[in-house]
Amino acid sequence: MDIRFEQVDFTYQPNSPFEQRVLFDINLEIPSNSYTAIVGHTGSGKSTLLQHLNALLKPTKGSVTIGDRVITPETNNKNLKPIRKKVGIVFQFPESQLFEETVALDIAFGPKNFGVSEEESLKLAKDMLDLVGLDESYMEKSPFDLSGGQMRRVAIAGVLAMEPEVVILDEPTAGLDPRGRKDMMDMFYRLHKEKGINIILVTHLMDDVAEYADYMVVLEKGKIHKKGHPREIFSDVTWLKEKQLGVPTATNFAFELMGKGYEFSQLPLTASELADELARDLKAGDAHDE
Amino acid sequence: MMNKLILGRYIPGDSFVHNLDPRSKLVASFYFIGIIFLCNNFLSFGVMFAFTLFAIFLSKISLKFFIKGVKPLIWLILFTVILQVLFSQGGEVYFKWGIFTISEFGVQNGAYIFIRFVLIIFMSTLLTLTTPPLSLADAIEYLLRPLKVVKFPAHEISLMLSIALRFVPTLMDETEKIMNAQRARGVDFGEGNLMQKMKAIVPLLIPLFVSSFNRAEDLAIAMEARGYQGGDGRTKYRVLHWQGKDTMVVITFALLTALLVFVRS
Repeated sequence: MDIRFEQVDFTYQPNSPFEQRVLFDINLEIPSNSYTAIVGHTGSGKSTLLQHLNALLKPTKGSVTIGDRVITPETNNKNLKPIRKKVGIVFQFPESQLFEETVALDIAFGPKNFGVSEEESLKLAKDMLDLVGLDESYMEKSPFDLSGGQMRRVAIAGVLAMEPEVVILDEPTAGLDPRGRKDMMDMFYRLHKEKGINIILVTHLMDDVAEYADYMVVLEKGKIHKKGHPREIFSDVTWLKEKQLGVPTATNFAFELMGKGYEFSQLPLTASELADELARDLKAGDAHDE
Repeated sequence: MMNKLILGRYIPGDSFVHNLDPRSKLVASFYFIGIIFLCNNFLSFGVMFAFTLFAIFLSKISLKFFIKGVKPLIWLILFTVILQVLFSQGGEVYFKWGIFTISEFGVQNGAYIFIRFVLIIFMSTLLTLTTPPLSLADAIEYLLRPLKVVKFPAHEISLMLSIALRFVPTLMDETEKIMNAQRARGVDFGEGNLMQKMKAIVPLLIPLFVSSFNRAEDLAIAMEARGYQGGDGRTKYRVLHWQGKDTMVVITFALLTALLVFVRS
């Protein structure tokens, strides 16, 4: 599903002493079947931007087109449910949204709100539990008896159970152990590849951006500073360092090597790309020696 | 939702009123509410009105905010005023219909009550707009201290008060966050009939309670780990300073009271 921002401005509490303008003239297009990463410093407006993606917030100026619906400042708050069904948001620390007696009921809560039958939604709950890597024995447990990491998985399953076309992830792996993080990110990537789900990822981890995303947006102080393929944006290492935005580990390493006179055909973004480049050069070097 | 409420919020600033000792401000506000009941004619209300406007002027905060502060309460005020106008008797009768009478005294009482409400709201808005919540808690702790003689837990109360005040914004954020998360999962807040509305609140309330319990537990552990053992033998980091201008406020209020006694009929 295409999402398009046209000259979107957003102000919190307009016309009050606490007025605060957060987004300035945002023009952005997120095409279907893409994996978009949104990065920026804390307070750059990322979270505000993503709440526009399923009409939790409405622009104070401009328009947001979500699929076939156009959201303008005048849009009525009614009948937004179809959008919410298509665009699922996994908020930061989503485990705080759990409330039902059992894990199964909590996961089924979303689908039921959108009119899926009780049986059907419980079946969905089982599938989703499996998808996020928990087995069936968790179905009847209370979500509050689980560990933090497991609660996170249940909460994410609850969002995925609505079968959204677009999944928005606001730092989905914050506070998880490295293993859980990798599993989770790989699972989202699989969903994206296999089911063609649009993923929009808000993160501070540039390694994740380099690894998974095919489109990247850099926000700063409520304005879009750069957008494009991560390769393009990460190629300007000096700029990123200046802005203190962070560079993927592999790219940084390559950049240091370049400082020592090493040359790359293209700047590697991930560890495997870096390894490939180095291996190729070493082989070429061997050939040269002989 | 809460954004419209001006009463109870703090606007940082640097003015005469901002820099007053919170104790003098708190006591003065309560005293003001007390002496406003001394007023019984238009001249005395005029004196109080002028005084309030002067205090607002000293705070360097635009009058607009104060008027906004009255807005959420306007229906309550109007309701009271109308009841007063319709059911008071005495003096010249302008209009009579069944049990309803609009009389000279009724209209007068209505007007008094209106001014009284507005002035009280202005004054309490002034207090909260110019005083950070934590200073207020300090002031309350200080003022409650004499009650220790009768075994009143002044420290505990003020600790709870300052923790509660500190967590109001955090809990508001949390509420907003959970509400959004549940809306994204298809919950409609504030729609449908009363039963549906109440049902929609469950997915908000339970997570809020659970997170409050967790937060309380974490906070208690963190406090113990930092050596908190109760109120006895603690020193204070934020010390309140009574200055010359606070004495001036007290004197002004004494003069104001005298003037009121003089002009009231």
